Amino acid sequence: MNSRAAHRSLTQIFGVPLLVAILSGVGLVSALVGDGWWDAMSWSALGIPALLYFVFIWRRSPR
Amino acid sequence: MTAATRSLRRWGIIHKWTSLICTVFMLLLCITGLPLIFHEEIDDVLHSSVKAAEVPPGTPPANLDRLLGNAMANAPGKVPHFLIWDRDDPSAMFVSVGPTITSDPSKNTLIRMDLHTGAFLDAPDVTARFTYIMLKLHTDMFAGLPGKLFLGLMGILFCVAIISGIVVYAPSMRKLRFGTYRARRTRVVRWLDIHNLAGILLVAWTLVVGFTGVINTWADLVLKMWQFGQLAEMTAQYRDRSVPEKLTPLNGAVDVAANAVPGMTPSFVAFPGTLFSSKSHYAVFLRGETPLTSRLLKPALIDAETGKLTDARDMPWYVSTLFISQPLHFGDYGGMPLKIIWAVLDVLTIVILWTGVYLWLRRRKSGVSVERSIANSSAVENAALEAS
Repeated sequence: MNSRAAHRSLTQIFGVPLLVAILSGVGLVSALVGDGWWDAMSWSALGIPALLYFVFIWRRSPR
Repeated sequence: MTAATRSLRRWGIIHKWTSLICTVFMLLLCITGLPLIFHEEIDDVLHSSVKAAEVPPGTPPANLDRLLGNAMANAPGKVPHFLIWDRDDPSAMFVSVGPTITSDPSKNTLIRMDLHTGAFLDAPDVTARFTYIMLKLHTDMFAGLPGKLFLGLMGILFCVAIISGIVVYAPSMRKLRFGTYRARRTRVVRWLDIHNLAGILLVAWTLVVGFTGVINTWADLVLKMWQFGQLAEMTAQYRDRSVPEKLTPLNGAVDVAANAVPGMTPSFVAFPGTLFSSKSHYAVFLRGETPLTSRLLKPALIDAETGKLTDARDMPWYVSTLFISQPLHFGDYGGMPLKIIWAVLDVLTIVILWTGVYLWLRRRKSGVSVERSIANSSAVENAALEAS
């Protein structure tokens, strides 16, 4: 990563986090609404923050 | 110093202190909470229980008075407080019994009964179980209501720490792309990246689980409010009536309640004189069928002398809030995959807490305060490089 890059705007900083937060919210609520597909939606939406964490850490780790 | 920098420093101070105060307790809560996510599975492995009889589908439930009689025959000298339908096992029920009708229900023992045959199954002592010890540590650290309220306060600090964490995330990421992990740098830089990444990804989940946990610590107070509010209102005209000599049959009372509220099924019954009822009523709590409505109980009060319906009402908003906050805290409303996700997010929360403590210790050692490093993001790296 180029540390001399220009300052990032708030939209750039919080864009992805906001999207992840909205998805988490959808995941938290959907399993409450119903079973079956609602549960599956909840698993995929709430799985995203965990998945993203591992993707970013593993991808950049030296082997 | 500009106003913006001053404000960021202030947020940095808030983040530091709220985190520092609650971290030890949050670690305890995350570690004890982890096995609690899987408490049924753990209990199944560690403790054997008598299985209910296999019956063909459509078998009607046993008469509740007969079931209750069988239960009480196995609990000499005790009185029934509550009759509870097992959420997880549709062919079992519990009778919660205590030494007297006014004794503390948190000290009650449970008798497991077969729903279809009405026969006694077992009366396990749950207080010696691993999951019970975890639950006590998690809810009140064996310190009763003060312990509960204290943990609730720690939960509030945790929520403030998360919100201030969002604010201080911005200056920290001013020059970095989302998801940056500087794998080849010193540990303090790597752990700062881990702390930032995990912290910001989990914001919604930690806030929801944290805040619903806080609401759960107020459960006893909510119950008291309901007793003196709605329950007192519903039974006002019976206030001066004494306890009925002979109680009307339980089975009939539950039927009357179920018929009065179509579309809902009984969840538990509170006997006359217990915390959840008046001195002269059975309180039958009914629940809906969806994951959400199954948590929202509706009490139907049945006169224990005449067997007639006195009143049935939806519970007030503060009780409903408590009921909805329970699944959102426990993660038990979306099957095993949701439990596993809950566990992964719980472990990541431990990572956030642990890296947070480490960052604070390192910055203290290298003489760069958290506030300064937040106001001037590159200071962290510089200090880290100099220190190593």
